[in-house]
Amino acid sequence: MIKSSFSKQALRMVSTTHFGSKTVPVDQKAKLVGHVFSSVASKYDLMNDIMSLGIHRLWKDHFINKLDPGMRPGSNEPLNFLDVAGGSGDIAFGILDYAKTKFGDIQSTMDVVDINPDMLKEGERRALDQGRYFEDPRVRFMVQDGENLDSIESNSKDVYTVSFGIRNFTNIQRGLETAHRVLKPGGIFYCLEFSKIENPLMDMAYQQWAKALPVFGSIVANDYDSYQYLVESIERFPDQETFKSMIQDAGFQAAGYESLTSGICAIHWGIKV
Amino acid sequence: MLRMFNTVTLKTVSCRSSNAMRMNFVQPNRGIVLAAAVTATLVDLIGGRQATMANAMERGELHNKNVDYETEKEERMQRRINSLKNTRPMTPNYEGHIPLYTTEKALLFAISGLRSFFHPENGLNIVQLGEATAWPIFLESMKRTMLSDPTGRRILRERPNVTTQQLEMDHLAEYPKGSFGYQFYTWCKRENVSPDTRAPVSYIDDPLHAYIFKRYRQCHDFYHALNDMPIVIEGEITVKALEAANMGVPMATLGAILAPLRLKPVQRKRLYDIYLPWAIRTGLTCKPLINVYWEEVLSMDCNDLRKELGIVLPPDLRNVRAERKEKIRELNLKYKKLKEESTNL
Repeated sequence: MIKSSFSKQALRMVSTTHFGSKTVPVDQKAKLVGHVFSSVASKYDLMNDIMSLGIHRLWKDHFINKLDPGMRPGSNEPLNFLDVAGGSGDIAFGILDYAKTKFGDIQSTMDVVDINPDMLKEGERRALDQGRYFEDPRVRFMVQDGENLDSIESNSKDVYTVSFGIRNFTNIQRGLETAHRVLKPGGIFYCLEFSKIENPLMDMAYQQWAKALPVFGSIVANDYDSYQYLVESIERFPDQETFKSMIQDAGFQAAGYESLTSGICAIHWGIKV
Repeated sequence: MLRMFNTVTLKTVSCRSSNAMRMNFVQPNRGIVLAAAVTATLVDLIGGRQATMANAMERGELHNKNVDYETEKEERMQRRINSLKNTRPMTPNYEGHIPLYTTEKALLFAISGLRSFFHPENGLNIVQLGEATAWPIFLESMKRTMLSDPTGRRILRERPNVTTQQLEMDHLAEYPKGSFGYQFYTWCKRENVSPDTRAPVSYIDDPLHAYIFKRYRQCHDFYHALNDMPIVIEGEITVKALEAANMGVPMATLGAILAPLRLKPVQRKRLYDIYLPWAIRTGLTCKPLINVYWEEVLSMDCNDLRKELGIVLPPDLRNVRAERKEKIRELNLKYKKLKEESTNL
């Protein structure tokens, strides 16, 4: 009796989570995920292009257009955006460009946050190369854990975006609760992530593609493990309805989703009241 | 009905109306539209959403309160993840092993071959091409070479790994000047390389073959140092030719044949006249270099080691290149002076 309760206590102390399909202790996962992204940081765009055959650009464009971000012309208070796990900066810069083009908004601020410094460096380098948003007082690049966001004050953000990043969180519900904390009342949680494919034909095609992808990654990019992890993490992410209920559990209202390309990825949103 | 399927023709109907322009547009054949509508209805009746739900209801699966949706979702996810994990032809035989199917190996060969030809300076391409061409027939022959020699057998038994730590590179600086260890240390410092830069083996299936290939890859620098070859492209080609002649490494053979074609004519002439003949002659006559326990001969004198192996040094490649550069510099200087004198006249 005593022996069994000791072992149960021991099991409870070392709680595990999944890393792809390996079961690892919780504190290990962040490190292993970090390693995946360090090794792919410089070729992240190439990897995205290979994985989605370039369609990810269409998804991200639709994501930004649907959000319609920007301080409206009659308003006198700039917006505060937060892009989480957006190290490479494509959504962050896309939002700022859209706001400037459509509304002439050059005042809204953007915090680009990522747990991996290499990805963040890639984003800053991209800002430097394109000549915009580098050493710009509007744009801050910070290394933060999406589940804590220690440097972000509560009730301070108008829009929280996360694009293809939330599936890498160790504890997704905790990430959603942190999003709820940092958003102002009336703020929008806006997430783009892989999801369950609804069309069976598309699903069959995707499964074959997912089986072939790690080998391609190994031959072309010399990185079998990263692609294997990515494909398995996509599989482990909850489907559209489950994720919507997780968003509601975190306290968001008016949660909803839109499936893109018959469910390969989905945009989820929720509003903090 | 059959007639409609057989005689599928498109009738063009010209628009009678306007005086401005006469449009010719194609009106779809009523037969095709009807056939498509009938097929769609039939397919929907048999396999459409309402039909599948009705079938599920009849089987008792639709409104079943006993179904545990959570477990079903978990099981579905597990099944899909298992199918993603079981894509390889066999379980890994060693740490870092990525088993490939034959078609994938052919793809690896094609892609790395093309990339190595256009970008041989990228080490990754050469590494992949090396593994793609390391066929079992060659590795078996290497294994037999190693097994037929006592030192080779000891290497296979002890499986030494060449790293900076294991070699104790810092101590090598204190070795006597003529020793191989000191020669290796100065060569590494001069070329700015370290023994740690060798990539791990991933695509070779048999673990012993994988070790032999790893050992071959790690000893490459020792061959450079022993023959005092710099890591410029000519030096690399020479050492590759030496390896090809001595051990029959397929990738080295490919490299030695194809790589000189991308060089400047002067470099090619140098290779074909002096260094490649030297490499082939040495490789064919000296002892199998894979059987040398490099870690143990570090303290040996260089000349003694070379005599034991049967190697005679070629002309120093660095000196030959430097001499040519010097001659060109003198030529330029001479003509610069001549031009100045002719303008002053």
